[in-house]
Amino acid sequence: MTTIKLPETVDQVVVNLLRLANTKLPMDIGWALEAAAGWETGEIASTQLGAIMENVKKAEHLGFPMCQDTGIPVFYVRGRFDSSIGKQIAEGVRRATEEIPLRPNTVDPITRENQGSNLGPGMPIIHYIPTDDPFTEITVLPKGAGSENMTRLAMLNPADGLEGVKRFVIDSVLNAGGRPCPPSIVGVGIGGTSDICAAMAKEALLVPIDEENPDKTLASLEEELFMKLNESGLGPMGLGGQTTVLGVRIKKACCHTASLPVCVNIGCWATRRASARISEDGVKYAQGVKF
Amino acid sequence: MHIRALELAREGKEVPEEIKGAAIFHCGPIMRKTENGWTVVAAGPTTSARMNKLEAEFIQRFGIRAVIGKGGMSPEVAQAMKENGCVYLAATGGAAISLAEGLARCTGVEWEDLGMAEAMWKFQTQRFGPLIVAIDAEGNSLYQKVNESLKRRIACGIRLPRPAGRGR
Repeated sequence: MTTIKLPETVDQVVVNLLRLANTKLPMDIGWALEAAAGWETGEIASTQLGAIMENVKKAEHLGFPMCQDTGIPVFYVRGRFDSSIGKQIAEGVRRATEEIPLRPNTVDPITRENQGSNLGPGMPIIHYIPTDDPFTEITVLPKGAGSENMTRLAMLNPADGLEGVKRFVIDSVLNAGGRPCPPSIVGVGIGGTSDICAAMAKEALLVPIDEENPDKTLASLEEELFMKLNESGLGPMGLGGQTTVLGVRIKKACCHTASLPVCVNIGCWATRRASARISEDGVKYAQGVKF
Repeated sequence: MHIRALELAREGKEVPEEIKGAAIFHCGPIMRKTENGWTVVAAGPTTSARMNKLEAEFIQRFGIRAVIGKGGMSPEVAQAMKENGCVYLAATGGAAISLAEGLARCTGVEWEDLGMAEAMWKFQTQRFGPLIVAIDAEGNSLYQKVNESLKRRIACGIRLPRPAGRGR
């Protein structure tokens, strides 16, 4: 964690965050990839993991985005803030697109027209979580389309139970095959309403994969799904191998007695995240803040 | 660029000469314009399945010899590869900096109006890879092989219906 004493504008903090997230892989994921390379025995799988790790080192060294799909940046703003912060974040996205550079990804869904700035109606996506903390915390999760397109939501029958949840998660990950760039990180939301369930599945990707889930039931479910998915043989890039996922992260919320919503949001191996905490003392940056 | 090229070809109009007999890389790169022309910043493969509906005709019309991407393609595309002597090469998803090094020189761009990710970029390559032959010119697919062995494992892997936490 680095501390910068100079006062910085929010748009500059956002540029810094996008640069950090896109050029430097969070350490927990880097360690998991190295561990995977150690246990993987197949030649193709080892080649893929080797290429990934080499690429991560080069991107960090050169200061370029590790993947050309710099995604749609999803922001989480927590703490104290006022309504102007949305505009400042948008300005940060516009600048980062030019300065880093990021690939202009946002298009009109009907005309497919690309304005070239990663902005436009509905952009950038920002989740606001007001608290009484004496700081403003901005987290970014740049989400690429390869993994995001594999998102699956099921409104299960409560009678399907935990077994139904497990089957849905395993099917969703294995049916996605090599498309979301495995070894992936699997974010799962269980419960809530359909919208909250999908939001939880994505937020789960922000939790570092080496951090223990404080909920014991969820922790054992994460462990079981992790083992099963890695026994599947899908492997890196879906080309076969022992490393299909680097982690499974689950969040839950209460739901209607007649519902059992489950959402799976897959993060590629390059699940990029970065957070900044802005307070009177300055700005602190990190790459593994939990929500 | 697949849709644009096919639309032009279907109408009997000219398409850029370089498409014919080319190796197609499924990639929406990050490009930067410099004094010496375009340079590539990052260029990893994108999900090939998105081109499933277009690729068989594309291979056939333009005599494509190699398709480079990630995640594999449909049996229809594999069949078109078999019929036209084309292979599918899997690049490592996300390895955008290493792969960009192999795209030694950008020789031009067509259809910039489609946006950076969808335009047709032309490159000379040098030590581009690593690439794995994942669908060969006989139509044999590594993805299909992996997928078939997967299904069996789901069937036995899921077999623990534990009524956890319920009925207590």
